[in-house]
Amino acid sequence: MWHELSGQFVFETIGLEGRLADAIHFFIYDTIKIWFLLITIIFGVSLLRTWFNTEMVRAYLAGKGEFTGNILAALFGIITPFCTCSAIPLFLGFLQARIPIGVTFSFLISAPLNNEIAIAMLFGLFGFKVAAIYIAFGLAVAIIGGWLIGRTNAEQYVLLDVPALSGDLHVTATQSSFTERLREAWNATYDIFKKIYLWVLVGVAVGAWFHGYIPAELIAEYTGGDAWYAVPLAVLMGIPMYSSAAGVMPLVEVLTEKGMLLGSALSFMMAVTALSLPEAIILKQVLHVRLIATFFAIIGIGIMAIGFLFNMIL
Amino acid sequence: MKIEILGTGCKKCNELEAKVKQAVAKSGKFVQIEKVADLQKIMAYGVMSTPGLVIDGEVKSTGKVLSTAEILALL
Repeated sequence: MWHELSGQFVFETIGLEGRLADAIHFFIYDTIKIWFLLITIIFGVSLLRTWFNTEMVRAYLAGKGEFTGNILAALFGIITPFCTCSAIPLFLGFLQARIPIGVTFSFLISAPLNNEIAIAMLFGLFGFKVAAIYIAFGLAVAIIGGWLIGRTNAEQYVLLDVPALSGDLHVTATQSSFTERLREAWNATYDIFKKIYLWVLVGVAVGAWFHGYIPAELIAEYTGGDAWYAVPLAVLMGIPMYSSAAGVMPLVEVLTEKGMLLGSALSFMMAVTALSLPEAIILKQVLHVRLIATFFAIIGIGIMAIGFLFNMIL
Repeated sequence: MKIEILGTGCKKCNELEAKVKQAVAKSGKFVQIEKVADLQKIMAYGVMSTPGLVIDGEVKSTGKVLSTAEILALL
């Protein structure tokens, strides 16, 4: 419906034609579509979150064994809120409850990777299938990555001495009415949207310009097409882009439309969300560099494997 | 009465502190407000998502900025 409306507006009401009209049409349509989806999905996730908090997740994960723990931690990573600034309290809090370090890492990988903004953008830009693939393989990286880190004697690289939590894990269960939850979810949605709507606008604008003016051959050439180095390059480029996922993803959509392979695109987007430099710097306060390097290496390799796999089979 | 705001200095923690001050002013009660940035102390309360709100040693909320009205109800 929006597609027709926006098309009608640009081509008939203003009476534009050619490349400029194409670009403007694309810009209007994509912006409205993504904004709408972002608000809907962020609201849905925020509402769900009013029933969960990290303390509850911790109480639930405490005492779970290694593999099961990894799977549950990765799944919880989808619904629990996560910001880089809470990475340390979260990490120490998990260790305090004596949750295995590998399970903690599964959570730490999954939470930023499967964040609501990335999922909403993927769903809006690439459709359900790609969003589902992204989540499924994101979970796989979190589960296997965390499990592997658990195999490396990572405990010796935790710089702080974390005393075990004494007594039971008390959970402050919030007893809110449904209206209160709705209001809380709406406030959260508003906060998040306020932070990213401009990024989306800029990303879509640049994407629209690409869409209208940059020939496909050029993009295929610069994103490597099916050359072997396309995937590692995509991962390296994704690392410094953390927190701009909202602006970067519209670009990736256009790039794939113009010949970038989906595997490279997936690798790139996962690197944007999962490999965050600010997070690494913050974790350095409590973890030895060697463990952070292992953490980055394992996720990096996992993400690249996904990229190669998809470039091969699609 | 003593209110502690647990947080390592993120934006939300400052927002919560401001709201707490407003609420206390409105209530007219004599309340001691303290900001806790020491990780070990925050850990000891079992709080992982900051900001946390602690009143007289009891954790009242974690990970969110309460409204002035909500804080007033807790006082």
